[in-house]
Amino acid sequence: MQTALSVKNLTKKFNAFTAVDNISFDVEEGKFFSILGPSGCGKTTLLRMIAGFYTQTDGRIEFRGQDMTNFAPNKRPVNLVFQSLALFPMMNVFENIAFGLRRRGEKSVDITRKVNDLLERVGLPDSGKKQVNQLSGGQKQRIAIARCLVLEPTVLLLDEPLGALDAKLREHMKVELKKLQLQVGTTFVYITHDQSEAMVMSDQVAVMNAGHFEQVGTPQELYHHPSSSFVAQFVGSNNKFHVALRKDDHGIFTARYANGKDFSVLPTPEISEGEAWDLFVRPEAMVINPAETAAGYNVMHVEVKAILFDGGNSRLLVCPEGSTDELVVALPQTKQFDHIKANDSIRIGWDPSKSVCYKRADWKLYDEE
Amino acid sequence: MTKSNRKTVNAGFVLFFLPVFLWLFLLVVLPHLELLRLSFSGSGRAGDTGFTLKNYAAFFKEPIYWLTFVRTAMYSILVTFLVIAIALPVAFYITKLARVKTVGFLMVMLMVPFWVSELIRVYGWIILLRESGVLNKLFVSLGLFKEPIELLYNDATMIMGLVYTSMLFMIVPVIGVMEDLDDSLIEAAYDLGAGRLAIWRTIIIPHCMPGIVSGGIIVFMLVLGSYLTPNLMGGKNSLWFTEQIYNQIILYFNWNQGAAFGFLLLVLSSLIIWVLLKLTRQSLKEVVK
Repeated sequence: MQTALSVKNLTKKFNAFTAVDNISFDVEEGKFFSILGPSGCGKTTLLRMIAGFYTQTDGRIEFRGQDMTNFAPNKRPVNLVFQSLALFPMMNVFENIAFGLRRRGEKSVDITRKVNDLLERVGLPDSGKKQVNQLSGGQKQRIAIARCLVLEPTVLLLDEPLGALDAKLREHMKVELKKLQLQVGTTFVYITHDQSEAMVMSDQVAVMNAGHFEQVGTPQELYHHPSSSFVAQFVGSNNKFHVALRKDDHGIFTARYANGKDFSVLPTPEISEGEAWDLFVRPEAMVINPAETAAGYNVMHVEVKAILFDGGNSRLLVCPEGSTDELVVALPQTKQFDHIKANDSIRIGWDPSKSVCYKRADWKLYDEE
Repeated sequence: MTKSNRKTVNAGFVLFFLPVFLWLFLLVVLPHLELLRLSFSGSGRAGDTGFTLKNYAAFFKEPIYWLTFVRTAMYSILVTFLVIAIALPVAFYITKLARVKTVGFLMVMLMVPFWVSELIRVYGWIILLRESGVLNKLFVSLGLFKEPIELLYNDATMIMGLVYTSMLFMIVPVIGVMEDLDDSLIEAAYDLGAGRLAIWRTIIIPHCMPGIVSGGIIVFMLVLGSYLTPNLMGGKNSLWFTEQIYNQIILYFNWNQGAAFGFLLLVLSSLIIWVLLKLTRQSLKEVVK
């Protein structure tokens, strides 16, 4: 498989601040690659360097094996869909899409054919004559993408293009965008702080934090086998326990929680004895009132503080006995747990193979946007 | 309740607009009505009274009059386009490139010359450019000129003076519209393969068109009706149409002819603006919005 985009040791410094720190990655032809990170992690800087708007402090950028590190944005085989979409209000839809082709000096017969062809493909065949402000949010989105796709770029960059849409439309556009990418087969590099967007659409996701990649992998890998405390917490929701790890005489690790309870932990190469460890258990890995027979489960008593009803995504907010931590437990809507009320005392348990343990990392919880 | 409310509103409205109405009526409408009457009547000498069109006919019969007007209009259009050409990059620098801290300073630098009266500014130019002026002395002492050259009293100097005088009236409205221009539009155009020139032609200028047009109208009218700069900086051959009006009224005491010229200036310049708006497909409604 050919490599569409190859970034090698890319670094960007703004005076003393390092926004992008020695990042390398390859994106294969036709893949949907996402860069997921909290705001201020340097993902937009990285994207702007790939597009050519920022000059890197160090490193190289290659498109299909050709070094284009020092090319101007208008000379790169890459197009960017802006967060604000940046459709030209002084032109109608047709002229917006034709813009790039006209700059290339293509024949007007070809331009008309290509633009109409693309309008057809994004499902807006008769909108050529419309003004930009006559379009709905979702339609603008599609025109902004069509405007780039008509140039047949090697890589299409997308800078949080769904950010401005309302929740319902965003859900819809996620699926649309994935379908469009499969249909046109262009390599997409998608930037977002929304882990759900990244997981739903991507073939590969890079989790970015403080200027570097924490982990690159498929959404499943990130979710089930996070490689760091940051990824475990940033991708999907997760419960975090501050624990101290102890190894017994048989070499089996136990994690001692604040309330004095011990949980068994599966040994992995990374873990060792020590005080400052974080144990992560996903809400859906926690079982409410597990059967006494469930062998090897870590079980503890908790008090229900609130029921967070959200249809299929409903959860319980609980507090372990002897602790002030708050945990979130998935609440399956199977009528089985309908008897649970606030202030009830219940048992929860999880299979130790579904928990992961990391050295406590000192990164700031990002501000919710 | 509602009725009395409406009455107070009306009283406030009248109170507020009365000075405006009076000012417009007494100082603009009334004198113009009188001038209009004068322009259609004879000079009163030797029984030459009553309604006549000869004042207007004189403009078209005497080539010196209408040629002066054509010259004035052409130069005014030229000055307007020169001002646009200079104001666009200046406004772009101030709104998009300059740092926030320097923007205020740059704006003050633009305004300061306009705190001084036009007369003083023109004399400033004269001191700089005349045969015994600063520039000549400098160039002669540097050996660039063998002997002082008269830099004043030609069309080029006059145009430069007019451009300088009217620059601010273009930059301010253009800055106003350029501030609204989303930077990402420029970046998007760049990303889609546009070069510098194409970005200006397809994105920046179309976006700034309302500001350019309103600035253009102001500059064109100001230049067309200016008297001091062309009179003091232009040469003997650079006759401006306003000087014709001045000559008729002050030198020949022919108020009737002067009034006719004044109205011709008003009508013809409005006509030129109308044609230019049509040519650039701009509507006055959009511009004043």
